[in-house]
Amino acid sequence: MKDRSLFIRHSVNFGIKVISSLSAVLTLFMLGWILYVVASRGLGAFHLDFFLKLPTPPGVPGGGIANAIIGTALITLLATLIGVPVGILAGIYLAEYGLDSRASNAVRFLANILMGTPSIIIGVFVYTILVMRMGNFSGYAGAIALGIIILPVVARTTEDMLRLVPNSMRESALALGAPRWKVILGIVFRSAKAGLVTGVLLAIARVSGETAPLLFTALNSPYWVKSLNEPVANLTVTIFNYAMSPYADWKEKAWGASLLIMFGVLVVSILARWFFREKRV
Amino acid sequence: MLSLRNSRWQRRTDFIFRILTVLCASVIAFVLVLIIYELFVNSGPSFKKFGLRFLVSSIWNPVTGEFGALSSIFGTIVSTIIAMALAVPLAIVTALFLTELVSPAISKLVGIGIELLAAVPSIIYGMWGLFVFAPFMSNHIQPALARWFGFLPLFSGPPMGIGMLTAGIILALMVVPFICAVTRDVFLMVPSVIKESAFGMGATTWEVTSKVTIRYGLQGIIGACFLGLGRAIGETMAVTFVIGNDHNISASLFSAGNSIASTLANEFSEASDPLYLSSLVELGLTLFLITIVIQSLAWVWLRRMKRKMRVTL
Amino acid sequence: MNNSYLKPGSIIVTREKLSPDRDALQVKVKVKNLSFFYGTQQALFDNNLEIFENCVTAIIGPSGCGKSTHIRVYNRIYEMYRGHLATGEVWMDGQNILDPGQDLIQLRKKVGMIFQKPTPFPLSVFENVAYGLRLHYRMSQGELSERVEEALKQAALWDEVKDKLDESGLALSGGQQQRLCIARAIAIKPELLLMDEPTSAIDPVATAKIEELVDTLKKNYTIVIVTHNMQQAARISDFTVFFYEGRIIEFGETQQIFTNPREKQTEDYITGRFG
Repeated sequence: MKDRSLFIRHSVNFGIKVISSLSAVLTLFMLGWILYVVASRGLGAFHLDFFLKLPTPPGVPGGGIANAIIGTALITLLATLIGVPVGILAGIYLAEYGLDSRASNAVRFLANILMGTPSIIIGVFVYTILVMRMGNFSGYAGAIALGIIILPVVARTTEDMLRLVPNSMRESALALGAPRWKVILGIVFRSAKAGLVTGVLLAIARVSGETAPLLFTALNSPYWVKSLNEPVANLTVTIFNYAMSPYADWKEKAWGASLLIMFGVLVVSILARWFFREKRV
Repeated sequence: MLSLRNSRWQRRTDFIFRILTVLCASVIAFVLVLIIYELFVNSGPSFKKFGLRFLVSSIWNPVTGEFGALSSIFGTIVSTIIAMALAVPLAIVTALFLTELVSPAISKLVGIGIELLAAVPSIIYGMWGLFVFAPFMSNHIQPALARWFGFLPLFSGPPMGIGMLTAGIILALMVVPFICAVTRDVFLMVPSVIKESAFGMGATTWEVTSKVTIRYGLQGIIGACFLGLGRAIGETMAVTFVIGNDHNISASLFSAGNSIASTLANEFSEASDPLYLSSLVELGLTLFLITIVIQSLAWVWLRRMKRKMRVTL
Repeated sequence: MNNSYLKPGSIIVTREKLSPDRDALQVKVKVKNLSFFYGTQQALFDNNLEIFENCVTAIIGPSGCGKSTHIRVYNRIYEMYRGHLATGEVWMDGQNILDPGQDLIQLRKKVGMIFQKPTPFPLSVFENVAYGLRLHYRMSQGELSERVEEALKQAALWDEVKDKLDESGLALSGGQQQRLCIARAIAIKPELLLMDEPTSAIDPVATAKIEELVDTLKKNYTIVIVTHNMQQAARISDFTVFFYEGRIIEFGETQQIFTNPREKQTEDYITGRFG
């Protein structure tokens, strides 16, 4: 029986502490690097035309991505209108009506699977079911794809937030004679409001930055959005197309659009989380 | 009379509401089933022509109409392995930093930074990867690796920057925040008395963490790794930008390759003939089935962990 | 010698107790002017105390009066937390353990700790006991098994677990878990054993077993036990320390403290007038 060297044990411990600190610093450094790169390269594209004008023909400098900004906003809005109400109602089912039944556990399991499905598969799916059948790419298809992505996320966060509300609150409302749905939509929602709003905001932020589902649904377009039943310009696919192009001007615009998207997503994410922390009693 | 009408109205509206929620919940199931159905049906032509050969052939030739998924599957697996091999230790050790090494204030701040990493859209990772990180890899990291480890086939070949290694590293960066957050929560859940017992026996911080803390939360950490794995496998945009879109299989990490997701992103819109398209759909189906298996394993694992926790508490 | 003193409100001390011969005793721990701070809040005020070797010293007092805080200084376990500070000196084996140069691993090898709630690790019974041995020593599997068996026997747990060594430590009953923690602590043969209310979360039958254990263990170890159960203190300890609001009010042989306390506060506490 020998003593294990104290020196080695202390050294290993110290070594790991150093590695831990380095890795935390490395992670933060990477974040900073990415933010810096996107900001510095993207700001160069930020001028009034960028936000107000249509894209010029390929290779011709100038113009902007105004249509893409509007397109992303419209598609995201539509996706929210499709996915959020259905998601909230599904979440209500899981939290209020099916607490531990086999059906609700199955739904939970399937929601997890849907949530973990790669977004490009959702894009392929909507392509086969809508674009192929209708014969054209459309903003509707893109919105539906994003809506499918939002759906399970909102359902799960809704369920989690509603579950946090103590049963005593439900029971007191029911005991006063309120119908179940009024108890849920009025009382339970009100106490879970902060969490629900945060969950929805985070889901919207996440989905607005998605590219893959739009690649073969909404596609992209150099024109103003006239109808959602045709390819619709959007920021993320624009970034993809412009980045892969050989034009320096387009690449700069890709950075500008990246900055725009990243800024939007990060700001909404930070605000949503801050909102949640402040409002939670 | 009035109260009778009210209670009937109550029951009816409650019934309608409940049906509504059930319908919405079933939409989830319905969509999933529909996805599986559509993917199967649309893979039909490709499945008929290639059968199971599809999974083991590495030929991908749109011109001759020969399609095989092997290079895509290979690329998906290799980039994911690299990502997990880098991300898991990094995440655990960063979680250690957050819980044991710094004050709660600094820990919160650093924690926010890590959460922000998770919120960055994947196309941004792609942009940064292609235009900034890949050149960095090709100018600095890869030559260094080639100099020290070039005798290994893993690090042979020209240091192009884009390729399997770079894709794996970027994937790791995307997966780390998630595993780190869960690991941190798991570490915080270990009761102080347990840690005090371990320290009280004369252990160093690392010894307590590796032998007691991690074991205490092992199942939660593994669950997080499963889910991180699922994310890495399906990640599209970041990988598409930097993996190179090459349908060859190579032993070198420096070489370009492709993953299922990147192939879909790059080639789906160009797929002109039905066979090409259905091969791509079949690729997608393969990816989908892989993620279903991983998600199911994660689900079963986590449920077992929850049941075990209930027993021990 | 049958010592039973009947005084109104006194604890009946009926065990055969040999009054420890103070001059023959060695001092294991000498506490000098120990004060303790949780941040800006002071919890211990100028404690002075001597712990005698191979004796059981009980620390009693109302809840929150600093008993646990005090013994947690002996293995500097408070260092795990920010803002906790101890001032003064604590001498053990010729060294002031509060000295910043003191190696914590060496210290904790010599000082074992048992907590109020049993804290088995999420490992098998065998691995729980072997934990400390694996930490500090490089042993063959044979030596390891021997030491584990020895510790389990000393903790009076061997017969109950010898067929269950590979089962999880968490599967044992509360009393067994606590004895497992004792076995784990004594496996590395510390010199000082700190017990922080070790039986307050355990059923009476298991409590009796553990009290018997303490009596056997003191032949080889020095034991300091914090308890809010005065009968327990009277039953098993040789010396008793009465703590009140972070201060040591009285310290002496158990017999004397319980039958003839010097301080009024001590007497009030013992007779149940408060706490």
